[in-house]
Amino acid sequence: MSTPLTADFIVDPYSVPLDSIDVSDSRMFLHHTAWKAYFERLRNEDPIHFQKESDFGPFWSITRFEDIQFVDKHHELFSSEPAVVIGDMTEELPLEMFIAMDNPRHDEQRVAAQPVVAPKNLAEMESLIKERVDIILDSLPIGETFDWVDKVSIELTGQMLATLFDFPQEDRRKLTYWSDLALDLPEVTGGDGTHEVRNAGLQECFQRFNELWEERTKLSDAERADKFDLISLLQNSEKTKDMVDRPMEFLGNIMLLIVGGNDTTRNSLTGGILAINKYPDEFEKIKKNPGLIPNMVPEIIRWQTPLSHMRRIATQDVELGGKTIKKGDKVVMWYASGNRDERVIDNPDAFIVDRPKARHHLSFGFGIHRCMGNRLAEMQIRITWEEILKRFEKIEVMKEPSYVKSNFVKGYTELLVKLTAK
Amino acid sequence: MIKIIFKEHSGAVHEVTGTEGESLMDVAMNNMVPGIDGDCGGDCACGTCHVIVAADWANKLAQANGEEDALIGMTPDKQDGSRLACQVVLNGDLDGMEVTLPEFQM
Repeated sequence: MSTPLTADFIVDPYSVPLDSIDVSDSRMFLHHTAWKAYFERLRNEDPIHFQKESDFGPFWSITRFEDIQFVDKHHELFSSEPAVVIGDMTEELPLEMFIAMDNPRHDEQRVAAQPVVAPKNLAEMESLIKERVDIILDSLPIGETFDWVDKVSIELTGQMLATLFDFPQEDRRKLTYWSDLALDLPEVTGGDGTHEVRNAGLQECFQRFNELWEERTKLSDAERADKFDLISLLQNSEKTKDMVDRPMEFLGNIMLLIVGGNDTTRNSLTGGILAINKYPDEFEKIKKNPGLIPNMVPEIIRWQTPLSHMRRIATQDVELGGKTIKKGDKVVMWYASGNRDERVIDNPDAFIVDRPKARHHLSFGFGIHRCMGNRLAEMQIRITWEEILKRFEKIEVMKEPSYVKSNFVKGYTELLVKLTAK
Repeated sequence: MIKIIFKEHSGAVHEVTGTEGESLMDVAMNNMVPGIDGDCGGDCACGTCHVIVAADWANKLAQANGEEDALIGMTPDKQDGSRLACQVVLNGDLDGMEVTLPEFQM
């Protein structure tokens, strides 16, 4: 493992006292085994773990699958306001987004955005995704080392996002840039970003989307009714048609859809490549039987768990696993831990393409905030793997990956690979 | 035994049986009826066991609770008779019930 760690991060969780374990330390995720070991200890010894002090204030860690499902499902006991990441958003830009709203506002806004990923749209997107995957995969160098994150994962998710917003394709990397900025602050997710860079980036993002909104308003109602991009959908819905007049809500929801459609799929596309290198027999299985791909897709999404957590605030005192969570306490559901819970998932660290009940994972969350783009994400990953298998005999990871420094986005900044053509 | 008739979106029909107390989702899963995902394992937490119960049978079922309504509300292709199969528990009155599966589970 080549990722450097500063001296004061301790890789072995069993060498520190249980009550001082702090799984919000984003450095834990820079190390490919540390986070697993830390969560394993909590699941076994203190599954509902209270952290008195952290960079994000006091909080509860929920680490077992079934407890996470309970918290996620009971939105009346656990509020999603004002934020769903461990740190609160900064006051200079108090973004508002429906993932971080309770009802009734949550439902109003979600229902407005949902049709973009409705079956009718998904069917239309399928051939478009395939065309783009074909172009991207055909352009890759054979026998040369290159970065899969940059050339495939970012490229593909960036093109898809530009399509979802009907945003100019030539500027798609802007979407990726803004997505990366959105949560990258020390006090929000333990990232290394600065307020200056983030504010400037989000300002630019806001301007671009304001312009896009203005352009769309010039369309006639009939023209707009035919459009299925997210901006047009917001404009077509009574509850959200004036959202542009509420800038923090407008920007917040744009950022939600950018981040939601970007980091997650991107890191699952990369994670799958790492997984088949760590479990080469599974790659052989899938090569022999591509019919397993639809089962492999949820297994990738579980194994990767591209978002480590979601956070809630208790709306009343709640008894859970023998502990009392007090009204007002911050509660963090560690999906990354629940998806490795040996009580629910056999041999959970292993990547098994024909795993039974592979869909039974936490990566999409449960309850009313469950991922809206799950089917689109699965479709992108499925098509990518179908096309990979047609072209490549081998995808060899050349070096351990570099990881994102975040306790929220669980992903990669670089994965160097070398391809062998079929 | 209680007979249930599942109709896929494609029109394919599966006539299967279950026992009192089982959920409609269990019956579909136990009989390999395709088109139901049941991601959360039957906990009314994901909405991926969406079915449409024929009008004649829908009024024989216990009312959906708030949780179930909330999840069905998020499904773009919801219709009259939409239910989550994990929340429909079999009893003798439901013998012969017809249930249609949506094109996609969301």
